Amino acid sequence: MRGLAEAFRGRPGPIVAATLIVLLVVYAFVLPLVTADPFSMSGMSILDAFSPPIWMDGGQATMPFGADDQGRNLITAMAYGLRTSIMVGAISVVIGLVIGGALGLVAGFVGGRTDAIIMRLADVQLAYPALLLAMVIDGIATAILGRGRSNEMAIAIVIVSIGIAFWVQYARTIRSSVMVERDQDYVAAARVTGRSNTAILIQHILPNVMAPVLVIATINLGIAIITEATLSFLGIGIPPTYPSLGSLIRNGNNFLQSGEWWISVFPCLLLVALVVAVNVLGDHLRDHFNPKIRGRT
Amino acid sequence: MIAHTTERILQTVLVLLAISFIAFLLVATLGDPLTSLLPPDASIADRQDLIMRLGLDEPLLTRFLHFLNGMLHGDFGISYRTQDDIGPMIATRLPATIELAFASLLVTLFVGVPLGILCGVRPNGIISRGVMLVSIAGITLPNFVVGVLLIAIFSVHLGWFPSFGRGDTVQIGGWTTGLLTLSGWRAIILPAITLAAFQVTFVIRMLRTQLLEVGQSEHIRFARARGLSERRIWSTYAMRNALLPTITMLALQLGNVIAFSVVTEGVFAWPGIGSLFLQSIQAADVPVIAIYLIFVGAIFMIINLVVELIYPLVDPRLKRSGA
Repeated sequence: MRGLAEAFRGRPGPIVAATLIVLLVVYAFVLPLVTADPFSMSGMSILDAFSPPIWMDGGQATMPFGADDQGRNLITAMAYGLRTSIMVGAISVVIGLVIGGALGLVAGFVGGRTDAIIMRLADVQLAYPALLLAMVIDGIATAILGRGRSNEMAIAIVIVSIGIAFWVQYARTIRSSVMVERDQDYVAAARVTGRSNTAILIQHILPNVMAPVLVIATINLGIAIITEATLSFLGIGIPPTYPSLGSLIRNGNNFLQSGEWWISVFPCLLLVALVVAVNVLGDHLRDHFNPKIRGRT
Repeated sequence: MIAHTTERILQTVLVLLAISFIAFLLVATLGDPLTSLLPPDASIADRQDLIMRLGLDEPLLTRFLHFLNGMLHGDFGISYRTQDDIGPMIATRLPATIELAFASLLVTLFVGVPLGILCGVRPNGIISRGVMLVSIAGITLPNFVVGVLLIAIFSVHLGWFPSFGRGDTVQIGGWTTGLLTLSGWRAIILPAITLAAFQVTFVIRMLRTQLLEVGQSEHIRFARARGLSERRIWSTYAMRNALLPTITMLALQLGNVIAFSVVTEGVFAWPGIGSLFLQSIQAADVPVIAIYLIFVGAIFMIINLVVELIYPLVDPRLKRSGA
């Protein structure tokens, strides 16, 4: 904890970012507990459709950011959307971390042919930007599972596609650290005491190679959230009947031309605030925990 | 040198073959071409005919060879969604995408390069600081948000530019161009800026870092000691060293630019290859997705290869030792 406190001393940018993230998380997870789901019948009121933000003519005090085409209060809808986006981003990062971590550990520890196969696979995947790959995986999953899929299924597909699209970076980082660690004395000592390879990998090596990967994961969280929003905005991620920042912006985009700009612009700004905060924090953590850079700035 | 070149070319071909095989497997195992391509009341004879024509009764490896052979001869298969040949589908949409990419490259060159030089030469000036601040937005703003915000401001609020499509186009031979009409030019501006946002910020930041670094180096200090003018030092001595890495890095970012072009085309309903790819994903049109994958993979791998092979020729400091 002391290290964490020290990481923020005298740095206003990261402090503001961390505070903003806490506020956004509270907003996303507390407001839905006390309000009706705007994406169920009871949560919307068609009479309030296209109600503008509070400072414009016809704005209502209960709807500070206005309402969308179905009369959903935007401040509630955005909390639901933000909650989905944060959860999808976080879970997909964990999935990428688990896949990439496992493959990286095995590649670095076993070496030889296994290592070559895993790393060539990584090379092939690196020919494609993660965003494009997530799109393709999503499309293929649709081809396999059929189009009449439920919201839950669509969300699961998005999470897994983003997770798979990002495993390479973790695998490469972990692999190179493992290749250094496996020749250390403590590994030899563990082997002498008769521990199995699996036990050595998970109990002895893994804790020593996690730090750089966790920093990458923080930075990737921002990218994962953007990827989800982009997929949903393009209509291949989370369906418009379910709230996420991307699907809210997609829905709002339909009314941009007719002048109801707030339906898309406010979710856009929320997304930007979240991503900028996560990035500032991630960059700061990276600089702080990277001994090569520390002390230079 | 030659051995290294051959090895890299061989590697690239192998990876491309691997990509093609994966793409082929997708087409071969996902979806049922018979139900996708035949009418529901097709007779058994029709089915047999199509099986023969597509070679579905042959072993997997033979079919892969046919697939490769077809691609080399311009036969990319049939779309499940529209039942058209994929080759012409791509050909009719290619001009829109290339013109968009070209326009965004122009924006990058005429906005990114001068601003990058300014930020590198005068890093502490007010304008430089402002540019660097704004460039943070260019890096963190998701591509589609840039598009939506540009539409909200310049299309809906100010009404200067259209928000979708290419405007009027002119047919020249096999090429439809939007660059010969006024509405075409107006239509391309917002998408080009959206697509260029990432590259512009990238170029500004790269050039700035490079120029700052080069500005500290021996040969620049020596040039100053010789009494050369600042203008001459920067334009002939520093720029040469700074531009090369910038162009290289930009070329290696091409994959991202392709991904962003899909998003940009989606936002602006730009009738190019990116939006074809999007529609194919929405419709789970596996053959088109597969061809697109091979197409993008090939472009990306070839550019990578060319950059890597040309680099030592352009920059004599990087001749591979012992090769």
